[in-house]
Amino acid sequence: MATPRIIVVGGGLAGLSAVIKIAEAGGAVDLFSIVPVKRSHSVCAQGGINAAKNLKGEGDTTYKHFDDTIYGGDFLANQTPVKAMCEAAPAIIDLLDRMGVPFNRTPEGLLDFRRFGGTLYNRTAFAGATTGQQLLYALDEQVRRYESEGKVKKYEGWEFLSAVIDSKGIARGITALDLRTMELRSFAADAIILATGGIGAIFGKSTNSVVCTGSAQSAVFQQGVTYANGEFIQVHPTCIPGEDKLRLMSESARGEGGRVWVPRTQGDKRLGKQIPEADRFYFLEEWYPKYGNLVPRDIATRAIHKVVYENHLGIDGQPMVYLDLTHIDRATLDRKLGGILDIYEKFVGDDPHDVPMKIFPGMHYTMGGLWVDFNQMTNISGIFAIGECDYQYHGANRLGANSLLSCIYAGFISGPNALSYAKSVAAQDGAGGHAAELTRQAGINAKLLKNEGAENPFKLWRELGDTMTKHATVIRYNQGLKQADEKIVELLERYKNVSLADRSQWANTSFAFARQLKNMLDLARVVVQGAALRDESRGAHYKPDFPERNDERFLKTTKASFTDSGPHFEYEEVDTQFIKPRPRRYDAAN
Amino acid sequence: MANKTVQFEIKRQSSPDAPAVWESYELEWRPGMNVTTAMMDIAANPVTASGKPTTPVTYDSNCLEEICGSCAMRINGKARMACSALVDNLEQPIRVEPLSKFPLVRDLQVDRAVLFENLKAVKAWIPIDGTYDLGAGPRVTPQQQEVNYPLSNCISCTCCMEVCPQFNEATGFVGAATIAQVKLFNNHPTGKVLKEERLRALAGDGGIQECGFAQNCVEVCPKNLPLTNTISDISRDILVQKAKDFLLS
Repeated sequence: MATPRIIVVGGGLAGLSAVIKIAEAGGAVDLFSIVPVKRSHSVCAQGGINAAKNLKGEGDTTYKHFDDTIYGGDFLANQTPVKAMCEAAPAIIDLLDRMGVPFNRTPEGLLDFRRFGGTLYNRTAFAGATTGQQLLYALDEQVRRYESEGKVKKYEGWEFLSAVIDSKGIARGITALDLRTMELRSFAADAIILATGGIGAIFGKSTNSVVCTGSAQSAVFQQGVTYANGEFIQVHPTCIPGEDKLRLMSESARGEGGRVWVPRTQGDKRLGKQIPEADRFYFLEEWYPKYGNLVPRDIATRAIHKVVYENHLGIDGQPMVYLDLTHIDRATLDRKLGGILDIYEKFVGDDPHDVPMKIFPGMHYTMGGLWVDFNQMTNISGIFAIGECDYQYHGANRLGANSLLSCIYAGFISGPNALSYAKSVAAQDGAGGHAAELTRQAGINAKLLKNEGAENPFKLWRELGDTMTKHATVIRYNQGLKQADEKIVELLERYKNVSLADRSQWANTSFAFARQLKNMLDLARVVVQGAALRDESRGAHYKPDFPERNDERFLKTTKASFTDSGPHFEYEEVDTQFIKPRPRRYDAAN
Repeated sequence: MANKTVQFEIKRQSSPDAPAVWESYELEWRPGMNVTTAMMDIAANPVTASGKPTTPVTYDSNCLEEICGSCAMRINGKARMACSALVDNLEQPIRVEPLSKFPLVRDLQVDRAVLFENLKAVKAWIPIDGTYDLGAGPRVTPQQQEVNYPLSNCISCTCCMEVCPQFNEATGFVGAATIAQVKLFNNHPTGKVLKEERLRALAGDGGIQECGFAQNCVEVCPKNLPLTNTISDISRDILVQKAKDFLLS
C-alpha cells in the first residue's frame, strides 16, 4: 500500500515527538503549527522533567514515581497509562541526553537531578531553569533533520480549523487557514494527531502563551470528540502578576531551597529584606512539615489564598507573598535558576539574588482535555490527541516536571499507534467529506468577515477571562459557577454582533482571533458546568461547600459531549487496579 | 485628574506592496506595561490618537516572557523583544517599526524563515542513530555544559542579524546566530561527527569571511550569547579545516 500519511497539529514537545517517531518508521508527516514550531509554548517550561533514574542513592523507583503521580493527582488518572509513562521515563531522559540537551551535570559528568513538588526524591533532570526550551530545541533539531531529508513537510503559519470526517464518522484530514494569505484549504490524511496544548487564554491572563486558546480542541469537541475532566485547571502558586500575562516563577526555585513567607504581623511596613527571621511566617513549612515548600501546586496555591484572604497577611495588604532565594549563594542560583531570575529582573526590575520575589498564584495548566483511549485515540476514529490537550496523565492535579514527560511519552506512543491505525483503516467513501467541510468553513469565514454589530472580539475576550478567573480557578462555589455559565451564554449571544475593524484578507490577525474566541466560549462552558456538577473537592478542584473528596460519587472521569443546547455530561469509572485510593494528606506524615 | 497616558508611534503597512504610514496612539498607562500590552490595547480599541478608526496591528508574539523569540521589532530605533520592552524605561513617543532586514509581511510582522534555512544548511542537529533505547548519552563535564548551555539559549529572534552591517543581500551572510549553533553542535561529543561538514558550509561566500567584526550582534543579543568570541573560535576552526582540505586535495 501507499505510505501512510499522518497530519500532526501542533509543534510543541508532544507534536514533535510524534513527528519524529512517524518519520523514523517511514511514514509521511505534514506538521501544522500557528507559529514556527521552535516558538511553541513548550519553551516556557522551566524547572525540569521527571524520571526515577535513582542517581542520588535514594532508592527511588519508577513505581514510587507512579505512586507520587497518582496520589498527587488525587486518584483521578487512569493508572495503566500513568504506570507505563513512569516506567518509560528513564529511557526518555537517556534519549534526550543523546540528542544533546545541555542538562546540568554532576562533577562526574552524569545527569544532575533536583527536588520538585509532591515527591521526597531528587527525580527531576534539568537544564538550568529553561528545560522546556532546551528539550523543544532538541526535538526541533531532529525534526529539521527529517525535514531536510524530505520526510516531514511543515506548514508553519497555518491554523487548524476542523477535522474532515466522512459519512462513516472516520477522520480523513483537516481544514486549515493560512494566516498570511487567509487561504482556506483541506488536507487529506489517514490519521490526524492533535497536539495543541492548553486552554490558558480562556482565563484571559495565565502563564500560557498567546496561541494556547484551546480553539482546536473546541473545534473537534463541537464535531463530536468527547472532552474529559474539563473542570480540572491548575493554578500555579508562584507567578509574577502582569498586565498582559502571568509570568511563571518555576517550582524549581523551591526545589533548590526557595522559601515562601509573609510577615507575621498584618500591615508590617518594612521591606522584606529588613524583616528579621523571627517576624517571618513560613506558612508552608509550618503547615506541611514533611513536604514544606514542596507540597503539590494545588495545596500551595490554596495555602497562599488562605494566608492572603483569610489571615490577611499579604505583603502590604496586597495579594502577594514572598518567594525568597536570597539565602542561596549567587553562583548556585545562576547555574541552576539563571533563566527565571533574569525574567524576574527584566519584568519587575528587582534582582532576586538580593531581594525576595513577590509572587501570587496564576492559571497555569489544563489537566483535562480531549478524551483518549490508552492508545491516545479519541472517540472519533483517526483523531488522536497528545500532550496538554489530552486528559490522560495528571488526574485532578499535575505534579511539577511531569508535563514535559507526559508530552514526550504520549507523542512517542501516538506516532506508531497512528501509523498502525492508518495501515488498517478502510478506504474512504467518495471524497471523504472534504468538499462539505470546506463549504462549512468557508461559510463561517464569510459570515464573520461581513458581520455587522457593535462588539469587539478582544473586549468580549477580556470579559470571558475576568469571569473565568473569578469563578473557576482556586475556590469554586456553585452560585458563582452558575453566574459564569450565564455570562458565557451572554457572551455567545453578543458574539453574534461581533464586527471586525479589519476585514482585509492579508495577515488579518483579528479575524483569526475572532474565530478562536467562538471556540473558547464553547469550551469555557465545559469547564464551568463540569465544575458545577462535581460536588466534591479533589486536587485542583476545590469547593468550600463540599470540602471532602467523595470517591463513591466522583471517583469518575467527567466526559462532556457537545450538543446545540450546551455540553452534555456523563461519567466513566477510573482504572485504579494498581494503587488503592487513600486519603490525600500532605499535612500528616504518611 | 486625567489618567496618565503613553504616546506611541507605530509604522503601519497593510501589505508588502502598500505604502508605509506612521500612526500615533495615546493609550492608558498601567504599571508594568510593555510594548506588547500596548498592541493588545490597540486591538481592543482600534483608534488613533486623533480619534480616527484603524485596524489592530499585525505583529508576532507568543510567550511574552522573552523565551520564544517571536516579538522582535525596532523600538525607538533599537532591535529588541517587544515583550520585555517596558514602557517606563522608554522615551516617548515610543516609535515602533518592523525589523528592516527581512521581507515585510504586514505592519510589524516580517518573515524570518531564512534563519531556519540556515540551520538546515549547517546541519544544526545531533545525528543520533535512532530513538530506540540505546542507553545513556555521553558523559559531559559540568565545565563543558557551562560552555554549551549559553549557546543553546539562542531564541532565534534574529536581532543579531538585524543589526549586523554585513547581513544583507549583497553578502548573503548567515549571521551570528547560525555560527553560534555551529559551535554548539561541534562541541558536542556526538555532534562533532559532522564538524567538518559544518565548517565547510561556513567556509565560502556568505560564510564566516563576511563578518566585519562590528560587534553589534553581541551588544543586542537579548540572551547574552557570547557571539563575537564564538565567531572568532569558528573562524580559527575554519582556517584549520581549509588547511587540512588543501593538503588532502
